[in-house]
Amino acid sequence: MRYRVGGRSIFDGLSMEFARGRVSAVMGPSGTGKTTLLRLITGQVRAESGSIEVAGTLLADLRRAQLFALRKRMGMLFQNGALLTDLSVFENVAFPLREHTRLPERLIRELVLTKLQAVGLRGAAELMPAELSGGMARRIALARAIVMDPEILIYDEPFVGLDPISMGVILRLIRRLNDALGLTSIVVSHDVREISSVADSVFLLSGGKVVAQGTPQELQSDRSEVVKQFVGGLADGPVPFHYPAPDYFGELLARDGGRYA
Amino acid sequence: MRKSRAMNLGTGLFLLLGFAALFFLTTQTTSHGLAFRSAPSYEVTAKFGNIGDLKVGAPVSMAGVNVGRVAGISFDPRDFKAVVALRIDDKYNQIPTDSDASIYTQGLLGGQYIGLGPGGAQTFLKNHDQIVFTQSALVLENLIGQFLANFNKNSSQPAAGAAAGGKPK
Amino acid sequence: MIADLWNSMNDSLERVGDMSRFLLRILAQVPRSLARPQLIVDQVFNTGALSLVIIMLSGLFVGMVLGLQGFELLRRFGSEEALGTAAAIGLVKELGPVVTALLFAGRAGTALASEIGLMRATDQLAAMEMMAVDPVGRVVAPRFIGGVIAMPLLAAIFSLIGIYGAQLVGVQMMHVDSGSFWSQMQASVNLRDVYEGVVKSGVFGVACSLIAVYEGYHAEPTAEGVGAATTRTVVTSAVTVLFLDYLITAFFLK
Repeated sequence: MRYRVGGRSIFDGLSMEFARGRVSAVMGPSGTGKTTLLRLITGQVRAESGSIEVAGTLLADLRRAQLFALRKRMGMLFQNGALLTDLSVFENVAFPLREHTRLPERLIRELVLTKLQAVGLRGAAELMPAELSGGMARRIALARAIVMDPEILIYDEPFVGLDPISMGVILRLIRRLNDALGLTSIVVSHDVREISSVADSVFLLSGGKVVAQGTPQELQSDRSEVVKQFVGGLADGPVPFHYPAPDYFGELLARDGGRYA
Repeated sequence: MRKSRAMNLGTGLFLLLGFAALFFLTTQTTSHGLAFRSAPSYEVTAKFGNIGDLKVGAPVSMAGVNVGRVAGISFDPRDFKAVVALRIDDKYNQIPTDSDASIYTQGLLGGQYIGLGPGGAQTFLKNHDQIVFTQSALVLENLIGQFLANFNKNSSQPAAGAAAGGKPK
Repeated sequence: MIADLWNSMNDSLERVGDMSRFLLRILAQVPRSLARPQLIVDQVFNTGALSLVIIMLSGLFVGMVLGLQGFELLRRFGSEEALGTAAAIGLVKELGPVVTALLFAGRAGTALASEIGLMRATDQLAAMEMMAVDPVGRVVAPRFIGGVIAMPLLAAIFSLIGIYGAQLVGVQMMHVDSGSFWSQMQASVNLRDVYEGVVKSGVFGVACSLIAVYEGYHAEPTAEGVGAATTRTVVTSAVTVLFLDYLITAFFLK
């Protein structure tokens, strides 16, 4: 599956290609539009120029109904799980099946429980979303995302706010699901160390462009300042520590009425 | 699932209540209603030259006591009179046949109603009888017209008398 | 300041246009919603059955006040028997639809707006879109239909209980003749009056439900956003209801 992304005001001349069957990570400082990128891919937002091609189909060519049909082949995990609060865990995972298929109840039950088993939460089937912890909610959302056997799986900041154990669980699932189901996974995150352990290739976005791409190892040894700051988590560098402001020393002097001037 | 059952029950109850309310509003507040007072009654008619504002459902009373209701109003094209059907409770079955029916007004803003004045006959009204002696509603414009006409007649007579009386002299 | 006024007028007009388009979207989804009646039934319960208590209590008190004030006023003309008429017409044509609509906006309208707004803020609506389910059809339309069904029924219940409240005060307490109370009412109130009341409550139902689901759907996906949407729902609903009330009343008086 290939994706080519053109441009929009946030991105200028962006070009990315995600390889099929691989786990690709998209990283970058806050505010570089990683979520916008996802919305471009899923067709929620239109590009001003350039093209977005998903599984051989140009997004711009699709009408609403066809876009919906394409989305059924994609699964997305939202930052906070986005489970429907008035449905039980079982009903949440079954939701896409109930809406899009006419499968008999028994078959739906089998499918749902299988996916729940894959994420390790088959026993939680009767709980309500309000009773789940953050990590559990995200795993349920993951089960829901794969219940229709998609070809592409997109993760929007899946590690935010998780404890190390839950983080490890999600990481393991990302990798194993990708390999077991032959998915193409795109993970947007800024947990460098975590995602580097499972990603096959990494894209680093900054200022609306791809400033680095390659395998995690290649990024570690990259020379450019931007990459080094991000990968190393350095406080100051191309992304400055100080928000733009006039010279502090000058301000202090001026305030004292030039006594020391 | 259990929650659904209770919800459905609650909704059904609510819908029932709502439609019952609508039903009651249309039948109990308007004259198109079903009289829930299913007291046995008999019907007599009365013809009026002018019924004014009388409405179906208006009370029929005798000596100030409500004895029945106006059940229907129609028009007789042969003598151009209004035919009013009065439904009277069975327990008031001793109304003389020569009683009269007049149309009165309740209070200042009230609706109009029919008042029955007793006659002296020894026979009593039965189902399908007709009340012969009737008095139409007083229409304000006619009253004023009558008053003015009388006033003119009275004031022009002395002048004519004076002229007539003055001449032979 | 004039510029501000002009701008806010423009904004309001834009909003009205936006809401109309949203209404068309909802209506387009109605057939689909009718295929899932359970959703609609749940929403009729949400908006209607759960509002019953406040509607009935308010109806009773409003009716009783109407009984008191009406009696006092009519007594000055010696026409206490007309109390039934006065109460019935006042409630069925005006107070029933209008007060019910205002209460509906406050109780059910805010519930709808905050429910949908919260779903917006927690990405549930976006998730649905991602799963190729149109949230307008799944979430918005059933709530809208539920509100439209519930409103006229609530107004009828309000009016009926109000009339009994007036009767309670007038007949039981002020000793207006019970027969006159009802017979005068029945003689003077037409089916057309009841019809006018039903039309009003139906229109108000559409307006309030539309405003509530619109504000919720288009709320800013933050906590403040949901709160602001809820407030706007009540304010907009109130003004709209009173304005529509004038229009419909004038229309029926022709």
